[in-house]
Amino acid sequence: MSDTEYTFITTREAGYQEPVYSELRQPLIAGDKHPCDVTKDVCAPLEGKPTGAWYAGFLCAFSALMVGVLLVVHQIWTGIGTWGLNKTVGWGWAITNFVFWVGIGHAGTLISAILFLFRQKWRTSVNRTAEAMTIFAVMCAGIFPLIHMGRPWLAYWVFPYPNMRGPLWVNFRSPLLWDVFAISTYFLVSLTFWYFGLIPDLATLRDRARGLRKKIYGFFSLGWNGSFRTWSRYEIVYLLLAGLATPLVFSVHTIVSFDFATSVIPGWHSTIFPPYFVCGAIFSGMSLVVSLMIIARKVMRFEDYITVRHLDAMARLILLTSCIVSLAYMTEIFTAWYSVNPFEQFIFANRAFGPYGWAFAIMMTCNVLIPQLLWFKKARTTPMLLFPITVFVNIGMWYERFVIISSSLHRDFLPSSWSYYSASWVEVGILLGSFGLFFTCFFLFCRFLPMIAMAEVKGVLGYGKKSSE
Amino acid sequence: MTNVFATFNDEHSLLAAARSAREEDLVIVDAYTPYPVHGLEAAMGIRRSRLTYACFLFGAAGLIGGLGFQLWVFMVNWPMNVGGKSLNALPALIPVAFETAILFAALGTVVTFFAVARLFPGKRASLAAEGITDSQFVLAVESDDGERAKEFFEDQGAVKVEMEEIS
Repeated sequence: MSDTEYTFITTREAGYQEPVYSELRQPLIAGDKHPCDVTKDVCAPLEGKPTGAWYAGFLCAFSALMVGVLLVVHQIWTGIGTWGLNKTVGWGWAITNFVFWVGIGHAGTLISAILFLFRQKWRTSVNRTAEAMTIFAVMCAGIFPLIHMGRPWLAYWVFPYPNMRGPLWVNFRSPLLWDVFAISTYFLVSLTFWYFGLIPDLATLRDRARGLRKKIYGFFSLGWNGSFRTWSRYEIVYLLLAGLATPLVFSVHTIVSFDFATSVIPGWHSTIFPPYFVCGAIFSGMSLVVSLMIIARKVMRFEDYITVRHLDAMARLILLTSCIVSLAYMTEIFTAWYSVNPFEQFIFANRAFGPYGWAFAIMMTCNVLIPQLLWFKKARTTPMLLFPITVFVNIGMWYERFVIISSSLHRDFLPSSWSYYSASWVEVGILLGSFGLFFTCFFLFCRFLPMIAMAEVKGVLGYGKKSSE
Repeated sequence: MTNVFATFNDEHSLLAAARSAREEDLVIVDAYTPYPVHGLEAAMGIRRSRLTYACFLFGAAGLIGGLGFQLWVFMVNWPMNVGGKSLNALPALIPVAFETAILFAALGTVVTFFAVARLFPGKRASLAAEGITDSQFVLAVESDDGERAKEFFEDQGAVKVEMEEIS
């Protein structure tokens, strides 16, 4: 498909063209694998009995999810008053968590779509898991606006549907409604993209399974038989979906940032928000992908597939986005000073040195300072060093959203209503519950679906090897 | 007429066989592979899929539908005066129209693909040989003289050749 990847030479005697790979390229998959090794290695964790570690992890995640469910029931039963919100700070942890989870979701589409368009073939080892994370993260994100409504059974009111209340429609000019469209489109398109990529692998699982498993995998693999005429169309559709998902991923976090940027709150009302948010999203999402991959490659013995080279490539992306996010922080502070607008200047001084200064310090340390370690090759290629860095980045990125939301709101235009917001135990529990939901889904995914896109990995096995024929 | 299924162990042999088969005037019906083998389109003489046009049409429908609906709501069904702005002010209508365009294009293309490739949930897979979804490559050709085709593929390095009489 990509002629840029290798040059074709015509062997006159043989009468056909054969790709010649550069010797400078290193193999993407270690261990000199044959396609049937790939099938065996990737299917192995799905076909045996789950290990004790899987049960332990799943039980922890599921317990956290149940804590979240109970607290959501408590919150809906009693009311939003169970949260720490007050008149001044009407958006707290719920929106912080929403933006955090949507951000996490962006790495999946980056890896599956954008890196695909850039012909980054190393993506094949990590795209399936990253796409799965996208879907689970968007599910977690969706919960927060839903429960913040207070009456979630009326959530369908956010969709435009014909009704008997006279001519009455949702306000299409509201950024909150744009969010509804952006997030639901993102969820549906990501799910389609993920499932579409899964079909050939489901067929592989079907042909190896027996009994009920065979029936279930058979149902979802749509009668896939590896026909090349289908493959040929399949690749076109994959390319089209990647092309559509790329502008989509930019639009989603742009629209999320509009929730803030189109308001007239100092600290939010800023044209830099869309690129700043998109970069931050990729930054945090990529970090979570790396964190989970470092664990998964060890536990599931995928070291040959997710090599140190893959970690290095992702760490470079984390470093790049960290630098862009740092630049955005500096630009915001500079703009506040240069604008000579007393409200802007106050909000930024208050953000750094006011009551939320501690959160600002955590954000700066985790997002600006710690990722600078990634300039060192040793930090990028040693999993034990890379893991803590990526965890710190996610802590920092959660705090970034918290800082933007709480510190911009808590001292509003009327000093008599200045206040301080801190989360109640219910909010802490619901955040824990969202992590529970994410990891419950993730553990089920590891158990029932192939974590590595087998058909795609088989296609890049020869990559970087000198053709022997 | 005979359908001949030749199984190969690697993509290079499959590609070489497909190219030579066309020179031998064997009609290639299809190939079955565990992953998309690049270069096989040309060897089999498959034209580029027209699904891109379908994608464009669905996207255009989504864009026009999304924008048209919002304009109808604000100009005809539910006119709202917001700060004296004209009812058809476009900038605020772009995000929703953009999202509907992407949604229609993506879902429409995939559904069209399923229809064209005749894939649907619960369909029974008819496999040309074992191991296609694992590591085997199969070339299916139509030939008047099945024995000759069998010999030809064995020369090309096929590990197994199966024949099926058709009327």
